[in-house]
Amino acid sequence: MIRKTVSNVQEALKGVEDGMTLMLGGFGLCGIPENTITELVRLGIKDLCCISNNAGVDDFGLGLLLQQRQVQKMISSYVGENDEFERQMLSDELEVELTPQGTLAEKCRAAQAGFPAFYTPAGYGTEVAEGKETREFNGKMYVLEEAFKADYSFVKAWKGDEAGNLIFKGTARNFNPCMCGAAKITVAEVEELVPAGALDPNEIHVPGIFIQRIFQGVDYEKRIEQRTVRKHT
Amino acid sequence: MLNKEGIAKRIAKEVQDGYYVNLGIGIPTLVANFVREDISVEFQSENGVLGMGPFPFEGEEDADVINAGKQTITTMPGASFFDSATSFGMIRGKHVDLTILGAMEVAENGDIANWKIPGKMVKGMGGAMDLVASAENIIVAMMHTNRAGASKLLKKCRLPLTGVGCVKKIVTNLAVLEVTNEGFLLLERAPGITVAEIEKATEGTLIINGEIPEMII
Repeated sequence: MIRKTVSNVQEALKGVEDGMTLMLGGFGLCGIPENTITELVRLGIKDLCCISNNAGVDDFGLGLLLQQRQVQKMISSYVGENDEFERQMLSDELEVELTPQGTLAEKCRAAQAGFPAFYTPAGYGTEVAEGKETREFNGKMYVLEEAFKADYSFVKAWKGDEAGNLIFKGTARNFNPCMCGAAKITVAEVEELVPAGALDPNEIHVPGIFIQRIFQGVDYEKRIEQRTVRKHT
Repeated sequence: MLNKEGIAKRIAKEVQDGYYVNLGIGIPTLVANFVREDISVEFQSENGVLGMGPFPFEGEEDADVINAGKQTITTMPGASFFDSATSFGMIRGKHVDLTILGAMEVAENGDIANWKIPGKMVKGMGGAMDLVASAENIIVAMMHTNRAGASKLLKKCRLPLTGVGCVKKIVTNLAVLEVTNEGFLLLERAPGITVAEIEKATEGTLIINGEIPEMII
């Protein structure tokens, strides 16, 4: 067994520097690496390029990094829940590359799986395809999209073991598995870190080979963005 | 004239037995409430769930189980969770049978715009560009005109496009229309709405063939 455990978030974030490109898992506030974001804010690392589907809300998730002006560029598919983000973007303080969600996921997966680029129909004929190579296959047009190149990938899982194997819960899985192994170093924070052998190998979602560092997260808030319920009848 | 629920009710009639359906945010989300109960349908949400159920009972919300609108949801028996790349594999690979989404503008050639108003509103396209570029069966749910009263069914979209030539059918508060090579073919009128009123609210080419029936909802 190759041990991937580190004792805490400080050790997990060693080597993260100003100007780096970071991938962060999560969809909205669901499945985001909360401990990592808190530590990035504490460290005050700036001029970051962040690849993440969303940009958090004003006072939680990636919104915390935006508030401190630590982000120079965001690569996301949807940023509608964050007023500060919209303000920084419309006033050109923040560079934003909006990418179709499926393309964003595949650019991560391509980096993970060793593909330099891929063709997708998403965005053909729109401003997303401007300046990009296009090609026809079987009578349909496709856009060439390149794999991401990132320094660190930060993901959040439900359970993980010492070997870096990960299991996710519900829709908190989202972009996290696609980002594992898609950067030079992948750091996983987990709600429950268990000894090697405690997880059934049949039920692993992401094998430990994609993970360099894993740590036990603390104090998960797991904030709900839209609490929608029905009444008992 | 239909309200939002009415539009959702009419669209629900398009959902057939055995369909996997992706519902966008807004009016499309309401469609799930009106699908016939004697057919088997699974709702896909692009953030990674197939077999979405209704909202949870109060106190049973789980922060780890949400839909693409970030709302807490439940799952039905037979449901599954998956990652985002797999989710869009389902969409791009045409495994999803029907996509229902909202729009700011639709052009008579099937172009759609729904993600950006330059200089004003930039929320992003989310999964919409992947959905419209891949799905073979796309229904747009929207109001026929915008808040200022201007038509949303145009000769050519003015806003930045989400996809080209992809919309097949449109259900608005006034009508059901099909996108054809010649323009918007009027299929049905909303209850109490005349053909003249639909013509007046449609900027793009409107094709009227014979008597147009009132929709049954």
